[in-house]
Amino acid sequence: MAIATIGAAARQNRQRNPRPRNRLLEDERWLAFTLLMPTAILLGLFIAYPFFKGVMLSLSSSRVGIEGDFVGLANFAKIWNDSIFRTAVWNTFWYTAVTTVFKLGFGLWLALLLNRHFKGKAYIRAAILLPFIIPTVLSTFAWKWMFDPTFSVINWALFKVGLISARINWLGDPDLAMASIIVVNVWRAVPFFAISLLAGLQTISPELQEAAAIDGARPWQRFWYVTWPLLLPVTMVVVLFSVIQTFADFQLVYVMTGGGPANATHLFATYAYQIGIGTGLLSEGAAISLAMFPFLLLIVVVQLLYIRRVETR
Amino acid sequence: MAQVVIRNLNKKFDEVHAVKDVNLQINDKEFMVFVGPSGCGKTTTLRMVAGLESITSGEVLINDTVVNELPPMDRDIAMVFQNYALYPHMSVYDNMAFGLKMRKFDKAEIAQRVQEAADILDIGPLLKRKPRQLSGGQRQRVALGRAIVRHPQVFLFDEPLSNLDAKLRVQMRVELKKLHNRLGTTAIYVTHDQVEAMTLGDRVVVMKDGLVQQVGAPLELYNRPANRFVAGFIGSPAMNFLPVTLADTDGSLWAVGPEFRVKPPAAMAGRLRGHTGKAVLLGIRPEDLRVTNGADPADHTFEATVEVTEQLGSEILLDLTAGPAPMVASVEPTVTAKVGDRLRLAFNPDRLHVFDSQTEASI
Ligand SMILES: Nc1ncnc2c1ncn2[C@@H]1O[C@H](COP(=O)(O)OP(=O)(O)OP(=O)(O)O)[C@@H](O)[C@H]1O
Ligand SMILES: [Mg+2]
Repeated sequence: MAIATIGAAARQNRQRNPRPRNRLLEDERWLAFTLLMPTAILLGLFIAYPFFKGVMLSLSSSRVGIEGDFVGLANFAKIWNDSIFRTAVWNTFWYTAVTTVFKLGFGLWLALLLNRHFKGKAYIRAAILLPFIIPTVLSTFAWKWMFDPTFSVINWALFKVGLISARINWLGDPDLAMASIIVVNVWRAVPFFAISLLAGLQTISPELQEAAAIDGARPWQRFWYVTWPLLLPVTMVVVLFSVIQTFADFQLVYVMTGGGPANATHLFATYAYQIGIGTGLLSEGAAISLAMFPFLLLIVVVQLLYIRRVETR
Repeated sequence: MAQVVIRNLNKKFDEVHAVKDVNLQINDKEFMVFVGPSGCGKTTTLRMVAGLESITSGEVLINDTVVNELPPMDRDIAMVFQNYALYPHMSVYDNMAFGLKMRKFDKAEIAQRVQEAADILDIGPLLKRKPRQLSGGQRQRVALGRAIVRHPQVFLFDEPLSNLDAKLRVQMRVELKKLHNRLGTTAIYVTHDQVEAMTLGDRVVVMKDGLVQQVGAPLELYNRPANRFVAGFIGSPAMNFLPVTLADTDGSLWAVGPEFRVKPPAAMAGRLRGHTGKAVLLGIRPEDLRVTNGADPADHTFEATVEVTEQLGSEILLDLTAGPAPMVASVEPTVTAKVGDRLRLAFNPDRLHVFDSQTEASI
């Protein structure tokens, strides 16, 4: 309201003493438009257009080398009846949920430890980040090697300790393969959680802990009544980021199992890739990755609403 | 009944020896103020009493029990922090109730105590608000409320008023005093503001570089400072110091400065005899100087030149030089003095202080 009034006043002013050269930019609407233009172009070019293109693709019968025709929702109907797709959907949810819980648990624990004072803190903090810094493909290959049926260092260690007598085929069994992937994902993302939560912890004044200690709160009560509620906004943002990334994860599964054994570990992204690029059914692949969109949207909306509630509390 | 005893208390942070051999007894119902310049170890001492800082050596006793190893929650103390340290996500009510909840008081009792404290502090209408919706003064009251609902044995305050503006600080100071009169809880109060120390304290501890300089009632510190530091720290504007030599002329003792000489009062002469011929520091408070027309006996007067005048309404501060020595005099607002005037100043000989120039101790 106030802005509108000021705008009107400015217009009147301008009519009294016009300055032609700047006139266009003096109009708020034009100015806003001009300032927003570069961002709009970038977003349009690199996000909106590919998205639109993907939608069109999913509604056609394109294959590699063939334009294809408009087929409506036929691709979606097809994947709906695809049992591998259903496994992939289930896997994605399971994978996201389980890893998020562990990432948050370990991340928080590490952050709380790192928030204490001890010698060599700076070095430890830097070292913690390593899994996050190493390119995923590289570290995943290392893990793959560790899970290798023949050369598995894990098997070797378990064998030496005497816990197992026969080799475990980590990536050959559907459940174990999923578990292995989850372990690697957690390993990779814990640093991100730890460092982000640590940053959050450091914004909480230590005086609050002291006040709570004097007020008679035991250590876990201090965490539960003071630290955790104050850390919640940061935690929610970190979890949101992580969920989006994990839900659309690709590299890890692609390198570790390629979706196998027997398509048991596919996620949305890897299955879409396998169908779209591997098999060449472009439009069907597009439909699979697009199917991720409503789920993701729902998760993001719910979380954003929750974050807003937490922050305005 | 709560008394706090501090015995040979020391605190070392790696290199820094922050608190050195502090010995104190804080009596039941007493309001004890720690005052001193920044970094002198007041906060550290207070935090050791609270149990927030480990003790390097020495003992803290609350009610004859050594509490060195007790966690803060078991010491039955309450603390008010400089930055209030209110829980930002809790309402005023919950902030005040937190300590009682942790101690498993029942709901009705909590409600009653919070209401009581809110009435005392006049924050009843604020109970539902969050700390960020309060002004600085209101936050300060809530922090006080959080301390008093617990009915602790000892209150600890760490510069609780320093974030308030000057006017509010004076107002809260009075309220704190009232509160203490009403509750009678033993209190330790840290400040670097000597006015706060003088007005609030039953007794005041002056600290410097981790060492206790003097302990005493406010007027005791004002009238009989133990050393030059206390003399200069307590009182505003600060005491004037003049380097003089004690000389025996015609059988009476004179303090001889570069361009003046004064005769110490007979009562003091005895103590000063031993220092005859030595350099000492003469101390005189600005408020103990007055402008005279020369009718006074010349022994207790000297001449000085006005450098700056500061009109405060209720008084005038004159920045003067007596010979080479600068000094400040606080005189009646009726005095008409201009820059460059030469005035004769008189002082009350009983108000003279003398300090050893080497040890700086009072003679
Ligand atoms: N955690 C710490 N680690 C190292 N040195 C410290 C620590 N806390 C305080 N010190 C040092 O101990 C000395 C006393 O500090 P303290 O906080 O008690 O001063 P203070 O009298 O409260 O001063 P102020 O009026 O500025 O609050 C200072 O020299 C300070 O630098
Ligand atoms: Mg301090």
